[in-house]
Amino acid sequence: MANIISDETIEYVGILAKLELSDEEKEAAKRDMGRMLDYIDKLGELDTAGVEPMSHIFPVQNVFREDVVTGTDCREAILKNAPRQKDGMFVVPKTFD
Amino acid sequence: MGKQYETVIGLEVHVELATKTKIFCGCSTEFGGAPNTHTCPVCTGMPGSLPVLNKQVLAYAVAVGLATDCKITRYCKFDRKNYFYPDNPQNYQISQLYLPICRDGKVEIETESGKKFVGIHEIHMEEDAGKMIHDEGSDYSLVDYNRSGVPLIEIVSEPDMRSAEEVIAYLEKLRMLIQYLGASDCKMQEGSMRADVNLSVREVGSLEYGTRTEMKNLNSFSAITRAIAGEKARQIDLLEAGEKVVQETRRWDDNAGKSYAMRSKEDAQDYRYFPDPDLVPIVVTEEFLADIKAKQPEFREDKIARYKEEFDIPEYDIDIITGSKHMADIFEETVALGAQPKKVSNWLMVETLRLLKENNMDPEDIRFSPKHLAGLIKLTDAKAINSTVAKEVFEEMFKNDIDPENYVEEKGLKTVSDEGALRKTVEEVIANNPQSVEDYRNGKEKAIGFLVGQTMKAMKGKADPGMVNQLLKELL
Repeated sequence: MANIISDETIEYVGILAKLELSDEEKEAAKRDMGRMLDYIDKLGELDTAGVEPMSHIFPVQNVFREDVVTGTDCREAILKNAPRQKDGMFVVPKTFD
Repeated sequence: MGKQYETVIGLEVHVELATKTKIFCGCSTEFGGAPNTHTCPVCTGMPGSLPVLNKQVLAYAVAVGLATDCKITRYCKFDRKNYFYPDNPQNYQISQLYLPICRDGKVEIETESGKKFVGIHEIHMEEDAGKMIHDEGSDYSLVDYNRSGVPLIEIVSEPDMRSAEEVIAYLEKLRMLIQYLGASDCKMQEGSMRADVNLSVREVGSLEYGTRTEMKNLNSFSAITRAIAGEKARQIDLLEAGEKVVQETRRWDDNAGKSYAMRSKEDAQDYRYFPDPDLVPIVVTEEFLADIKAKQPEFREDKIARYKEEFDIPEYDIDIITGSKHMADIFEETVALGAQPKKVSNWLMVETLRLLKENNMDPEDIRFSPKHLAGLIKLTDAKAINSTVAKEVFEEMFKNDIDPENYVEEKGLKTVSDEGALRKTVEEVIANNPQSVEDYRNGKEKAIGFLVGQTMKAMKGKADPGMVNQLLKELL
């Protein structure tokens, strides 16, 4: 494996993804990520000079909606996903800006 | 001897666009709906839902870009900005990092120290987040996603401003351009225009920038002015004490007159931007661009110049009237209906401004129609109502946009110009006020004023004061 993921990196990725990993899980994730990066490195073998970066694989552009209200009130449905609710709103742990 | 410092300021201005629906779904953007009732799978980030761009958002963004002399990005894309926060149900905000819709613009501002250009680095389209409500004294917060997905443009300036005056002039200029375009109402108090201030200080003559901070939670022009003064002083104090300014985001507390660090850039979030695969690229065509260009309105500077040519009204009036596109529209439409410009201007400058102030309203909130204002002016021109009654009718028009002609008819407010009826009342007043009559005859000219007042009162205000005066003099 050419790519070695450090403990700091896996710790940082865990923070970004809001995941708490056990030591075993960290080791497994380090191995998996290393292999993924090795796989991606293969792309580096290609000469991409002069090739536009591609973000979409379909040759489709300019898909628009008109500015017309079609939305329906989904409050009941979306609040079913809420572990806690109050006054028609989601209850979340206290946050500060 | 103290060092001389210079303040360097750049702004990030978020403007809520005046579309009927959200940026990527057909939910209403109307303000004030019951919590979470303007929501759908798209704006609440449900897996498998597909966002589709509202064409009007692109039209407004391009229009603002053209008005600020920007280059329009002909091939542009949306990116995902990843972060976890409860106001953001997708765990990413759809924004533009790599190919924003507008770049490299500028606007001209004018302050007491003269005219200058402020560069626009870029303008990008993005979606707003939901609203968090922090219940005092509880251990939880509440989230309402009605605002989630409301379209925004973020206008990022170059660090070209050097004082609070320049910042306010720049914001006024942006607000005016955007209001004239109808792209937003730009109300800071209501959050449809929000400005974050990036500020650093450096010694005068230095070419390098100092370390900057970003200040948030600025809800009015006056709060911005205070925050700039406060942050400038804080940074200079740090430097004078031999300390360093830390690059961080600070929250301005206008009541305390202080700012607090929100989070430092050291634990700054890593947003891991990448192109949004759900939204296909946008190609701004020649036709689209030509259409937007053709629809650009006459902006304020041109309007002022034209008014000076066309209308015989004071420059001060022109300045106030053109300060609001809505007010200028009312002015022009009323004049087009045949009313004399000076009279239209007077109603706007005196009674309208007074009522706006009394009711804490903006010119944008004026509801009476040009047709009704023209009608009222016609009634006064024909002397069908006197000026006191006209003011009364106007107040009603201001409140409920009533038709003045019908209103005057219904309420029986027409001036009594039937000389017979008036003469009878005047005679009664003379008979009932012997003291004043005697005073007048003894040379107390002022006594006639009292008699006019009594006559007007007896006529319930509906007499022509000139005629009353004349009759009194005749009969005395």
